[in-house]
Amino acid sequence: MSESGSLRRKWTNRIMLILCGCAAGLCILILALIVGYTIANGISYFNIDFLTNVSKPVGEVGGGMRDEIYGTFILVGLASLIALPVGLMAGIYLAEFGSPAVASVVRFIADILAGVPSIVVGVFAYALLVRPMHSYSALSAGVALAIIMIPVVARTAEEAMRLVPNSMREAALALGINRWRAVLGVIMPGALTGIITGIMLAVARIAGETAPLIFTALGSAFGVQGLNQPIGALPLQIYRYALSPYPDWQQQAWAAAFLLMILVLGINIVVRTVSRRKSM
Amino acid sequence: MKCSDSATTSSIAVKDWSGRRGRLGDKIFLYLTFIFALIIVVILVALLIVLNVDAMPAIQKFGTSFLTSMDWDPVQELFGALPAIYGTLLSSIIALIIAVPISIGSAVFLSELAPAWIREPASFLIEMLAAIPSVIIGLWGIFVLVPFIRSPIEGWLGSHLGFLPLFQGPPFGLGFLAAGIILAIMVIPIITAVSRDVMRAVPITQREAMYALGATRWETIYRTVLPYCRSGLVGAIILGLGRALGETMAVTMVIGNSYALTSSLFSPGVTIASKIASEFSEASGDLYIGSLVELALVLFGITLLVNIIARLMVWRMVSVRNTGE
Repeated sequence: MSESGSLRRKWTNRIMLILCGCAAGLCILILALIVGYTIANGISYFNIDFLTNVSKPVGEVGGGMRDEIYGTFILVGLASLIALPVGLMAGIYLAEFGSPAVASVVRFIADILAGVPSIVVGVFAYALLVRPMHSYSALSAGVALAIIMIPVVARTAEEAMRLVPNSMREAALALGINRWRAVLGVIMPGALTGIITGIMLAVARIAGETAPLIFTALGSAFGVQGLNQPIGALPLQIYRYALSPYPDWQQQAWAAAFLLMILVLGINIVVRTVSRRKSM
Repeated sequence: MKCSDSATTSSIAVKDWSGRRGRLGDKIFLYLTFIFALIIVVILVALLIVLNVDAMPAIQKFGTSFLTSMDWDPVQELFGALPAIYGTLLSSIIALIIAVPISIGSAVFLSELAPAWIREPASFLIEMLAAIPSVIIGLWGIFVLVPFIRSPIEGWLGSHLGFLPLFQGPPFGLGFLAAGIILAIMVIPIITAVSRDVMRAVPITQREAMYALGATRWETIYRTVLPYCRSGLVGAIILGLGRALGETMAVTMVIGNSYALTSSLFSPGVTIASKIASEFSEASGDLYIGSLVELALVLFGITLLVNIIARLMVWRMVSVRNTGE
């Protein structure tokens, strides 16, 4: 091979490897930009009023998002209440009981469901609940979020239970206990870190979901009234205020984004750190 | 991804366990879990049926012309999906053009180049990018990215590449280019994570053979690692596409919402998801709502197809690894 050829190879190598490093650096730079701007803008508009007051009309200072924060917690709670039993039981079926053929079909459908765009899930919840009930409602929003949550919980619970060594199943059965008790008493506890990780990541995901709330929760100017009434939510208010032409509201949107980001990234960081340490 | 590989590896163990004759309590529990698993199937079926029922007024009125018509006129009740379908595809393609090189590059860095002490935190940070709610990325897009796109980027593209129809027209900031960039930011973490996993699945012997022949690191990556996991990488990209097609909030906030076909990336546009998000809560009348629901149905169909293709490709790659080792 000629001298110039090997020189070219050497430089191609160097340049391409550096470019790959730059690509990874760019991803982290983008993250830093988004997080940095949100923190910088959010903190300056974030205060006690924001947490304790209800929203105020344009021009009045001191408005807050108390009701929307409360609403987000209610919606996430409602969705979890529906999604956790379904997701966990389905996960148990997939991991422990399902015949390979049936389980693979259910697994495939769960993956398909997880890939349905959240806006389509919102339309579904609207058609299923809002239209027949003739009212936007917290319930319909909770159902929409639960549908997004179920496949995630089911699949991560399944994964976590599969990681429990088979010797533990055999040991439990050798003690003569029933399979259902072995599942609940031995396998679920053994997989608990993984299951909780999955649940918390799913919670973090739906806490920030906005698209399915636009025409289910709708938002409410009268606070939290009941499950069959419209309800406000933090991400929904960010969307509305961000698109409004009023600087007051835009600032509130930044403060809300700051709070939501702390919540969502906080859950992610804590859960991933704990589960990573545990798995090492 | 991670889900599918352990599914195949441990299926043998589970068979023994479920083949054992159960007692009454076990049978009840088994059926109980089965019913809950069935709920997942029921949800998907119900979703298809309910969307079809609610879209029926529009399906009956417009038939297939819904897909090819460019109208969107709530006053005269004329609806067509073409600009929305076009916008959905265009914004996703722009996103992939930007995201694919960056994602594959990052994945190569994470899988092949980075020392362990960088790899872990870097992977972690890129995963964090995926965790940021899309409405926050949209907020950032409106107030930070769009002004930046308006003057430096679109100004430069317009004056230097303005002879291309892609880069003509006044620079609004809001529009397809902004939507494409925002979508790229949202799919990069997905494509990167899956690509990194499939690259790690390439046996080390493949790399050693290449080094033994005197190849440089880049040659090893480019001629061995990447071709070896090609179908997995394509799967990763299609998975990213599936996400981009259905992404709603961030796109709705930066695309500008103008219902028209346009070749310029500077001009505002619309996607299926943004159309639904911005109009659904104000829509009235069966035909108007039906048309929006039919849009949702079209979006569901497109993403379904894309996701199935992606899963099959990633699965094939992963199962090759499982049988190969």
